[in-house]
Amino acid sequence: MIITGKVFKYGDDVSTDLIFPGRYTYLPLEEADMAQYALSGLDPDFAAADAEGGIIAGGFNWGCGSAREQAVKSLKAKGIRAVIAKGIARIYYRNCINEGLLPIVCPEAAEAIENGETVTIDTEKSVITAAGREFSFPEFPPFVMGIIESGGLIESIKAELK
Amino acid sequence: MGKTFAEKALGRAAGREVRAGDIVTVYPDFCLSHENAASVSRTFKSTGAQKVYDPDRIVIVFDHTVPAPTGGYAENQKVIREFVKEQGIRHFYDMNCHGGICHQILCQEGFAAPGLIIVGSDSHTCTHGALGAFATGLGRSEVASIWATGKLWLRVPETIKINVTGSFKPGVGAKDLILKIIGDIGGAGADYLSVEYHGPGIEAMSLGERMTICNMGVEMGSKNSVCRPDEKVFKHLEGCAKKEWEAIWADEDAEYIRELNYDLGELVPALAMPGRVDNWEPVTEQTGKPIDQAFIGTCTNGRLEDLREAARILKGKRVKVRTIVQPASVKVYMDALKEGIIETMMEAGCVMNHPGCGPCVGVCGGIIADGEVCISTANRNFTGRMGGKGSEIILASPATVAASAIAGAVADPREAIK
Repeated sequence: MIITGKVFKYGDDVSTDLIFPGRYTYLPLEEADMAQYALSGLDPDFAAADAEGGIIAGGFNWGCGSAREQAVKSLKAKGIRAVIAKGIARIYYRNCINEGLLPIVCPEAAEAIENGETVTIDTEKSVITAAGREFSFPEFPPFVMGIIESGGLIESIKAELK
Repeated sequence: MGKTFAEKALGRAAGREVRAGDIVTVYPDFCLSHENAASVSRTFKSTGAQKVYDPDRIVIVFDHTVPAPTGGYAENQKVIREFVKEQGIRHFYDMNCHGGICHQILCQEGFAAPGLIIVGSDSHTCTHGALGAFATGLGRSEVASIWATGKLWLRVPETIKINVTGSFKPGVGAKDLILKIIGDIGGAGADYLSVEYHGPGIEAMSLGERMTICNMGVEMGSKNSVCRPDEKVFKHLEGCAKKEWEAIWADEDAEYIRELNYDLGELVPALAMPGRVDNWEPVTEQTGKPIDQAFIGTCTNGRLEDLREAARILKGKRVKVRTIVQPASVKVYMDALKEGIIETMMEAGCVMNHPGCGPCVGVCGGIIADGEVCISTANRNFTGRMGGKGSEIILASPATVAASAIAGAVADPREAIK
């Protein structure tokens, strides 16, 4: 899998409350409708931005807090395809895999990447190309990569149940 | 080399010997969800599955939006009631005289038991480790997948061991311990890890106090938190256990990646200042800081011992800011009523909420406005979580919140009980 996209860069400890506030969490929203609330607790400009094919660069403990999956779904609905962070909270990390959004923990890359630059992620080589350099990250176990490549857990379950 | 609790519990569930780093497939004993079961049920149906894998392993508790504050939330609940009926799910706790916050219900009603694997679409599912279960939070897709297939993959985590000795001084409690631990380890300091609590300091605690500690495991990133199951747990489970269980604990020579020691006698009343749960400060650093609201409740600190401690401080006094009290379950509410705790609190000017999560998650029952500050017994203080975008939350123990409510500003509970 190769992903090339524009980076939206944020800081440390961005909680799921900031990515997708609780007041929208228990409403029956369609996935497409979640996009308008993505990062609404943190970045008022994100809703209007063209994020199609984009990549989030985060600091330490990205996605900490509530298990709410909309904190991943809303970014995906906005067009985001990967998160590169210095650290990703556990439940958020699993939610990314389960939504088919690539979660990469790579502190060096997350530090070096600049907001707005275009970055390439190559999962076969486990390399990020950014800021004129290459950064390697740990390979995903094949079954995890399989879930991401099939578009997420539910898509892979559908195939299993057929 | 001995094994940790996580290695033993996940090995038992997987039916083979496992070590930290291994990937296992397990069939969780109980799978919890709350109002997000509506979304989970839609995802479940999208898989093409018709019937859930085992309806008796599913527990659904209404707590985040009770009583339904809007038409949208009411519709959401209706979807779940219909799904529960259609699938024959017995373990359903609607908004009625048996209800409460999901984690309180699972611990109170005998679902959480030693050695069981409990998962749920709520990050504070780690609470159930207080009774010796391996318990962890998941997202909604994963819960839909468990409803459909019964199974889940987990990586066996490495473990941090925390030894607790000594006893609390007056005005200091379990919340002050866990806020200190998170302050020391950091908000991501236990990322992906299991946390075991050992020692006489933990053994002396009530199950409720242990729940306070395990509840906040996720605030340092941990996968699960657990206390050794003992006679207190076994006695509680007599007659109410929902499933056969087996007491499991770590071996003496288990391997840990980190070990920490705490003496309860050295702790002071703690705060987590706004924005980050690891933003620890002793209460004495902030005494006199104005607050707009006080909140006593949640899965962290809404139990009988918490309400009792707060009432002890509130007795005969009058609160200076709006103060909301929300017991963790109807049973806790009734027990507190019988003990006279509720009367004491209402005479002090507190307002009672029906048991649930509303204010903590910014959904209903005590939202705060932009720029306001709430001192709360909850587990999260992320900016804007309780309402307005710029609103702030200070986390503290029930004693500290009660003392602050009377003062109308952050106050030291040790002064209030003199």
